[in-house]
Amino acid sequence: MNELVSAVPWLGKRNPMAARWLIIILALAAPIIAWQFGRSWVRILDFALLYMMLALGLNLVVGFAGLLDLGYIAFYAVGAYTFAFLASPHFDVHLPFWIVLPLGAAFAALAGIMLGFPVLRLRGDYLAIVTLGFGEIIRIFMLNLNYPVNITNGPQGINMIDPINLFGWDLSRNLQVTETFSINSLFLYYYFFLLCVAGSILFIQRLQISRVGRAWAAMRDDELAAKAIGINTRNMKLLAFSLGATFGGVAGALFGAFQGFVSPESFSLMESIAVLTMVVFGGMGNIAGAIVGAFVLALLPEILRDVAVPLQQTLFGTVILDPEVLRMLLLSLAMILMMLLRPSGMIPARARYAHAENMKREGAQ
Amino acid sequence: MITLLEARNIGKRFGGLQALTDVSLTIRKGEVYGLIGPNGAGKTTFFNVLTGAYTPDGGEFVFNGSELPAGKPHKIVGRGIARTFQNIRLFRDLTALENVMAGHHVRTKAGVWGILTQNRFTCEEERLTTQRAYELLDYVGIGRFAEVVSKNLSYGDQRRLEIARALATEPQLLALDEPAAGMNATETAQLKLLIEQIRHDGITVMLIEHDVKLVMGLCDRVAVLDFGKKIAEDVPAVVQKNEAVIAAYLGGGKHAH
Repeated sequence: MNELVSAVPWLGKRNPMAARWLIIILALAAPIIAWQFGRSWVRILDFALLYMMLALGLNLVVGFAGLLDLGYIAFYAVGAYTFAFLASPHFDVHLPFWIVLPLGAAFAALAGIMLGFPVLRLRGDYLAIVTLGFGEIIRIFMLNLNYPVNITNGPQGINMIDPINLFGWDLSRNLQVTETFSINSLFLYYYFFLLCVAGSILFIQRLQISRVGRAWAAMRDDELAAKAIGINTRNMKLLAFSLGATFGGVAGALFGAFQGFVSPESFSLMESIAVLTMVVFGGMGNIAGAIVGAFVLALLPEILRDVAVPLQQTLFGTVILDPEVLRMLLLSLAMILMMLLRPSGMIPARARYAHAENMKREGAQ
Repeated sequence: MITLLEARNIGKRFGGLQALTDVSLTIRKGEVYGLIGPNGAGKTTFFNVLTGAYTPDGGEFVFNGSELPAGKPHKIVGRGIARTFQNIRLFRDLTALENVMAGHHVRTKAGVWGILTQNRFTCEEERLTTQRAYELLDYVGIGRFAEVVSKNLSYGDQRRLEIARALATEPQLLALDEPAAGMNATETAQLKLLIEQIRHDGITVMLIEHDVKLVMGLCDRVAVLDFGKKIAEDVPAVVQKNEAVIAAYLGGGKHAH
């Protein structure tokens, strides 16, 4: 949160308290503002929050522990499919949300360890290739496990997944406050996801400023030296993979429940790349970077879709560049400019690994 | 004198190169033990085998009366052996303070659950780790640079920081790989004082060094390696006069290879 606060332009350094409140108010008011532009924008914000969770989780693996993971979306898939298996008419199992969510997280963590073991000795390019392969394997499993026994329902995906139900409170129904006033389900999801993102930030920040966070940073900066000061790099790598995967799994489970439908095409390599781009774009290794990167890059294609098509029609009378093509074009351009001008991301804050309150010593300079 | 470390017939081969051949030596508690020899003699290899970076092909280390687990660096550090590197290897993006705090890892226990819940044990441990790190930075004389990112420190201060980080693992034996490399005379003199202080505080020091003056002035005993073999081991004054040693350094004809 402190990183996020100091990342607020102008205000962050001068008046952190005001910046903090500004962030909180903006976060709470965002869906109300978006509603003015149409309900689809609130939905887009909901997805942006899921992407934030993904970016936070991936940042833990790539930014903190320095393990380049190009198959991160696999854990998102594991979470989503776990939810779909255990809370949908597909197997006719309808376990409650509070049981399925931890299970989704646990299975994703397990997948993280499964990925972690074979890649313990790899780093850099080699690690990237293997994780990329892992992501594809999971997706292809999802795609093909419908024969001879139908487990995943193949390319059709799984439909009619139970919505999120918090102790009998169904988030997919509009909340009827009075006879004439009701809160749209999209808002309910937004605030629930916001709570999840806030929880993720809190957890990840605590991990960062701890012996585990320092061990990851040590491993990232110099693995040999990390071993030489007694860090068990094997365990720390597995921990990074499994904890990172946990966040992916939770996000995936929420995604499945929110969308009510999962299919393998949501978990393609492009999605892994998109999440990695968010982390790199925002600033690797710091929480604020992941948040801002995810927010900007989740909104960008939607804004393009809304702006580019009408703009091209008025200018040229026809749509020359499809928004999807334009998105990749602009994204690549943004990345190239970014690497040239701000190689450490939009918010190149240096992450702290020691508590500020412990750092005041007697007679300090 | 109590023996702290005993190396028994350590051997290490890299393909066709026999880097270490049956090296045996004993280090006594509380001494400064020098390991010298020409370039490529196997000194750093010996360090790497001792600290678990490499697994030896033969022989064993007995530390404090029991065998060291070969090739398991984190366990060896846990047993009380810390090292520094010939080419400085700091965690470059961490501050000096965080580097030393990372060094305390092996002596702390907080688990993921404790960290997520920030229970009292974890907070207390974290506070002590920070406090200890400040003390160690002061101890090696770079306390005023605690908040400086380590890659921005001067060369000599980086060397000191590496020693502080090694001390944070609370070692009984501190293995320094050419700590004076690249230092000027003043810095070397200060380093000598620091090593003497470390010894005075009860930590045994093992030292690889090329600076003969430093070795002779600092070490209680010296072993000389040449082509992976130990050719001498004694107090510095005696080793200095040893013919095989002189031949190894100057390439004399008497020493047949």
